[in-house]
Amino acid sequence: MADVNRGNRPLSPHLSIYRPQITSITSIFTRLTGNALIVAALLTVWWFAALASGPEAYARANGFMTSWFGDLIMFGSVACLWYHTLAGIRHLIWDSGHFLDIESSERMGQIIILVSVLLTIFTVIVL
Amino acid sequence: MAFLTDRKRATGMGSAKSGTEHHWHMMVSSVALCGLIPLFVFTYGYALGMSYEDAAAYYARPFPAIVGILTLLVGFVHFKGGVQTLIEDYAHGFARKALIIGSICLSYAAAAAGVFAIVRIAL
Repeated sequence: MADVNRGNRPLSPHLSIYRPQITSITSIFTRLTGNALIVAALLTVWWFAALASGPEAYARANGFMTSWFGDLIMFGSVACLWYHTLAGIRHLIWDSGHFLDIESSERMGQIIILVSVLLTIFTVIVL
Repeated sequence: MAFLTDRKRATGMGSAKSGTEHHWHMMVSSVALCGLIPLFVFTYGYALGMSYEDAAAYYARPFPAIVGILTLLVGFVHFKGGVQTLIEDYAHGFARKALIIGSICLSYAAAAAGVFAIVRIAL
Protein backbone atom coordinates (compact mmCIF):
# COMPACT_ATOMS: atom_id res chain seq x y z
CA MET A 1 0.00 0.00 0.00
CA ALA A 2 0.94 3.59 -0.50
CA ASP A 3 1.35 4.46 3.17
CA VAL A 4 3.66 1.65 4.10
CA ASN A 5 7.17 2.67 5.12
CA ARG A 6 6.97 6.44 5.12
CA GLY A 7 9.98 8.06 6.78
CA ASN A 8 12.16 4.96 6.85
CA ARG A 9 13.35 5.06 3.26
CA PRO A 10 16.94 5.44 2.07
CA LEU A 11 18.16 9.02 2.25
CA SER A 12 19.64 11.03 -0.58
CA PRO A 13 23.43 10.77 -0.55
CA HIS A 14 24.32 14.14 1.00
CA LEU A 15 27.80 15.44 0.21
CA SER A 16 28.99 15.44 3.83
CA ILE A 17 28.31 11.76 4.52
CA TYR A 18 29.09 10.30 1.13
CA ARG A 19 32.50 8.85 0.26
CA PRO A 20 34.02 10.87 -2.62
CA GLN A 21 34.04 8.95 -5.90
CA ILE A 22 35.04 9.84 -9.42
CA THR A 23 31.36 10.07 -10.41
CA SER A 24 30.39 12.43 -7.58
CA ILE A 25 33.56 14.54 -7.82
CA THR A 26 33.21 15.03 -11.59
CA SER A 27 29.54 15.96 -11.08
CA ILE A 28 30.37 18.53 -8.38
CA PHE A 29 33.11 20.00 -10.57
CA THR A 30 30.70 20.27 -13.52
CA ARG A 31 28.53 22.61 -11.46
CA LEU A 32 31.47 24.44 -9.92
CA THR A 33 33.28 25.09 -13.21
CA GLY A 34 30.11 26.11 -15.05
CA ASN A 35 29.13 28.71 -12.50
CA ALA A 36 32.70 29.93 -11.96
CA LEU A 37 32.80 30.85 -15.65
CA ILE A 38 30.59 33.88 -14.89
CA VAL A 39 33.79 35.70 -13.81
CA ALA A 40 35.51 35.23 -17.17
CA ALA A 41 32.23 35.90 -19.00
CA LEU A 42 31.76 39.28 -17.30
CA LEU A 43 35.45 40.16 -17.86
CA THR A 44 34.96 39.29 -21.53
CA VAL A 45 31.93 41.59 -21.76
CA TRP A 46 34.01 44.31 -20.08
CA TRP A 47 36.80 43.78 -22.64
CA PHE A 48 34.36 44.06 -25.58
CA ALA A 49 32.66 47.12 -24.06
CA ALA A 50 36.06 48.74 -23.57
CA LEU A 51 37.10 47.94 -27.14
CA ALA A 52 33.87 49.58 -28.34
CA SER A 53 34.38 52.70 -26.19
CA GLY A 54 37.89 53.72 -27.23
CA PRO A 55 41.66 53.38 -26.73
CA GLU A 56 41.82 54.52 -23.06
CA ALA A 57 39.09 52.18 -21.88
CA TYR A 58 40.61 49.39 -23.96
CA ALA A 59 44.07 49.96 -22.46
CA ARG A 60 42.56 49.59 -18.98
CA ALA A 61 40.58 46.40 -19.72
CA ASN A 62 43.23 44.79 -21.89
CA GLY A 63 45.92 45.77 -19.37
CA PHE A 64 44.05 44.02 -16.58
CA MET A 65 43.29 40.93 -18.69
CA THR A 66 46.95 40.52 -19.67
CA SER A 67 48.37 41.26 -16.18
CA TRP A 68 49.54 38.30 -14.09
CA PHE A 69 46.24 38.34 -12.19
CA GLY A 70 44.19 38.52 -15.39
CA ASP A 71 46.29 35.73 -16.88
CA LEU A 72 45.67 33.62 -13.78
CA ILE A 73 41.89 34.15 -14.07
CA MET A 74 41.89 33.39 -17.79
CA PHE A 75 44.07 30.29 -17.33
CA GLY A 76 41.72 28.95 -14.66
CA SER A 77 38.72 29.84 -16.80
CA VAL A 78 40.08 28.03 -19.85
CA ALA A 79 40.56 24.93 -17.69
CA CYS A 80 37.00 25.35 -16.33
CA LEU A 81 35.64 25.91 -19.83
CA TRP A 82 37.18 22.75 -21.33
CA TYR A 83 36.22 20.66 -18.33
CA HIS A 84 32.64 21.97 -18.34
CA THR A 85 32.36 21.48 -22.11
CA LEU A 86 33.50 17.85 -21.89
CA ALA A 87 31.31 17.19 -18.85
CA GLY A 88 28.39 18.68 -20.80
CA ILE A 89 29.11 16.33 -23.70
CA ARG A 90 29.09 13.48 -21.18
CA HIS A 91 25.63 14.64 -20.06
CA LEU A 92 24.44 14.71 -23.68
CA ILE A 93 25.71 11.13 -24.10
CA TRP A 94 23.94 10.10 -20.90
CA ASP A 95 20.75 11.83 -22.06
CA SER A 96 20.82 9.71 -25.22
CA GLY A 97 20.67 6.66 -22.94
CA HIS A 98 24.23 5.42 -23.43
CA PHE A 99 27.05 4.61 -20.97
CA LEU A 100 24.81 4.94 -17.92
CA ASP A 101 26.35 2.03 -16.00
CA ILE A 102 28.81 2.75 -13.18
CA GLU A 103 31.88 1.41 -14.97
CA SER A 104 31.32 3.52 -18.11
CA SER A 105 30.47 6.59 -16.04
CA GLU A 106 33.70 6.26 -14.07
CA ARG A 107 35.69 5.70 -17.26
CA MET A 108 34.12 8.77 -18.89
CA GLY A 109 34.91 10.76 -15.72
CA GLN A 110 38.59 9.85 -16.00
CA ILE A 111 38.55 10.69 -19.70
CA ILE A 112 37.05 14.17 -19.27
CA ILE A 113 39.60 15.04 -16.55
CA LEU A 114 42.49 13.88 -18.72
CA VAL A 115 41.24 15.49 -21.94
CA SER A 116 40.41 18.80 -20.22
CA VAL A 117 43.99 18.96 -18.87
CA LEU A 118 45.37 18.22 -22.35
CA LEU A 119 43.09 20.79 -24.01
CA THR A 120 44.08 23.40 -21.41
CA ILE A 121 47.79 22.78 -22.08
CA PHE A 122 47.11 22.90 -25.83
CA THR A 123 45.23 26.20 -25.51
CA VAL A 124 47.97 27.78 -23.40
CA ILE A 125 50.60 26.72 -25.95
CA VAL A 126 48.59 27.93 -28.98
CA LEU A 127 47.49 31.27 -27.52
CA MET B 1 -4.52 9.08 4.06
CA ALA B 2 -4.68 5.34 3.63
CA PHE B 3 -7.24 5.76 0.86
CA LEU B 4 -4.87 7.74 -1.36
CA THR B 5 -3.56 5.68 -4.24
CA ASP B 6 0.09 5.78 -5.30
CA ARG B 7 -0.94 7.48 -8.53
CA LYS B 8 -2.89 10.19 -6.68
CA ARG B 9 0.04 10.91 -4.38
CA ALA B 10 2.48 11.18 -7.28
CA THR B 11 0.37 13.30 -9.66
CA GLY B 12 1.74 16.80 -9.99
CA MET B 13 4.76 16.07 -7.78
CA GLY B 14 7.16 15.05 -10.52
CA SER B 15 9.57 17.05 -12.58
CA ALA B 16 7.73 16.48 -15.85
CA LYS B 17 6.20 19.96 -16.01
CA SER B 18 8.38 22.98 -16.67
CA GLY B 19 11.42 20.86 -15.75
CA THR B 20 11.47 19.01 -19.05
CA GLU B 21 11.32 22.31 -20.91
CA HIS B 22 14.22 23.64 -18.82
CA HIS B 23 16.26 20.51 -19.49
CA TRP B 24 15.53 20.70 -23.21
CA HIS B 25 16.73 24.33 -23.35
CA MET B 26 19.93 23.37 -21.53
CA MET B 27 20.48 20.53 -24.03
CA VAL B 28 19.93 22.77 -27.06
CA SER B 29 22.20 25.53 -25.76
CA SER B 30 24.90 23.03 -24.76
CA VAL B 31 24.89 21.45 -28.22
CA ALA B 32 25.23 24.92 -29.75
CA LEU B 33 28.06 25.77 -27.35
CA CYS B 34 29.94 22.57 -28.28
CA GLY B 35 30.56 24.20 -31.64
CA LEU B 36 30.80 27.82 -30.50
CA ILE B 37 33.19 27.45 -27.55
CA PRO B 38 36.22 26.12 -29.48
CA LEU B 39 35.67 28.79 -32.16
CA PHE B 40 35.33 31.52 -29.55
CA VAL B 41 38.32 30.44 -27.44
CA PHE B 42 40.67 30.61 -30.40
CA THR B 43 39.27 33.82 -31.98
CA TYR B 44 38.85 35.79 -28.74
CA GLY B 45 42.04 34.35 -27.27
CA TYR B 46 43.84 35.43 -30.43
CA ALA B 47 42.56 39.01 -30.15
CA LEU B 48 43.11 39.32 -26.39
CA GLY B 49 46.26 41.34 -25.77
CA MET B 50 46.35 42.91 -29.24
CA SER B 51 46.83 46.66 -29.65
CA TYR B 52 43.62 48.73 -29.77
CA GLU B 53 43.78 49.20 -33.56
CA ASP B 54 44.48 45.51 -34.27
CA ALA B 55 41.76 44.26 -31.91
CA ALA B 56 39.20 46.72 -33.36
CA ALA B 57 40.14 45.69 -36.91
CA TYR B 58 39.97 41.99 -36.00
CA TYR B 59 36.49 42.29 -34.50
CA ALA B 60 35.32 44.33 -37.50
CA ARG B 61 35.64 41.08 -39.48
CA PRO B 62 32.40 39.08 -39.81
CA PHE B 63 33.59 35.67 -38.59
CA PRO B 64 35.09 36.63 -35.20
CA ALA B 65 32.24 39.11 -34.61
CA ILE B 66 29.45 36.62 -35.36
CA VAL B 67 31.13 33.89 -33.29
CA GLY B 68 31.50 36.39 -30.44
CA ILE B 69 27.85 37.54 -30.62
CA LEU B 70 26.50 33.98 -30.76
CA THR B 71 28.76 32.74 -27.96
CA LEU B 72 27.79 35.58 -25.63
CA LEU B 73 24.07 35.19 -26.41
CA VAL B 74 23.90 31.41 -26.13
CA GLY B 75 26.46 31.34 -23.30
CA PHE B 76 24.55 33.74 -21.07
CA VAL B 77 21.23 31.99 -21.79
CA HIS B 78 22.93 28.69 -20.84
CA PHE B 79 24.34 30.33 -17.69
CA LYS B 80 20.87 31.65 -16.81
CA GLY B 81 19.46 28.10 -16.87
CA GLY B 82 22.44 26.53 -15.09
CA VAL B 83 22.69 29.03 -12.26
CA GLN B 84 18.92 28.76 -11.72
CA THR B 85 19.35 25.04 -10.99
CA LEU B 86 22.18 25.88 -8.57
CA ILE B 87 20.05 28.47 -6.77
CA GLU B 88 17.04 26.14 -6.59
CA ASP B 89 19.21 23.49 -4.91
CA TYR B 90 20.68 25.69 -2.19
CA ALA B 91 18.46 28.75 -1.63
CA HIS B 92 14.90 28.76 -0.36
CA GLY B 93 11.94 31.11 -0.04
CA PHE B 94 12.47 34.79 -0.77
CA ALA B 95 16.24 34.41 -1.26
CA ARG B 96 15.60 31.87 -4.01
CA LYS B 97 13.23 34.16 -5.90
CA ALA B 98 15.48 37.19 -5.49
CA LEU B 99 18.59 35.32 -6.65
CA ILE B 100 16.84 33.77 -9.66
CA ILE B 101 15.41 37.13 -10.77
CA GLY B 102 18.79 38.77 -10.19
CA SER B 103 20.69 36.14 -12.16
CA ILE B 104 18.22 36.34 -15.07
CA CYS B 105 18.59 40.13 -15.16
CA LEU B 106 22.39 39.85 -14.98
CA SER B 107 22.46 37.27 -17.80
CA TYR B 108 20.37 39.35 -20.21
CA ALA B 109 22.14 42.60 -19.26
CA ALA B 110 25.60 41.10 -19.81
CA ALA B 111 24.54 39.47 -23.09
CA ALA B 112 23.01 42.73 -24.34
CA ALA B 113 26.08 44.76 -23.33
CA GLY B 114 28.44 42.30 -25.02
CA VAL B 115 26.40 42.05 -28.22
CA PHE B 116 25.97 45.83 -28.40
CA ALA B 117 29.72 46.29 -27.97
CA ILE B 118 30.62 43.81 -30.72
CA VAL B 119 28.04 45.32 -33.11
CA ARG B 120 29.46 48.78 -32.40
CA ILE B 121 33.03 47.58 -33.03
CA ALA B 122 32.04 45.79 -36.22
CA LEU B 123 29.91 48.55 -37.78
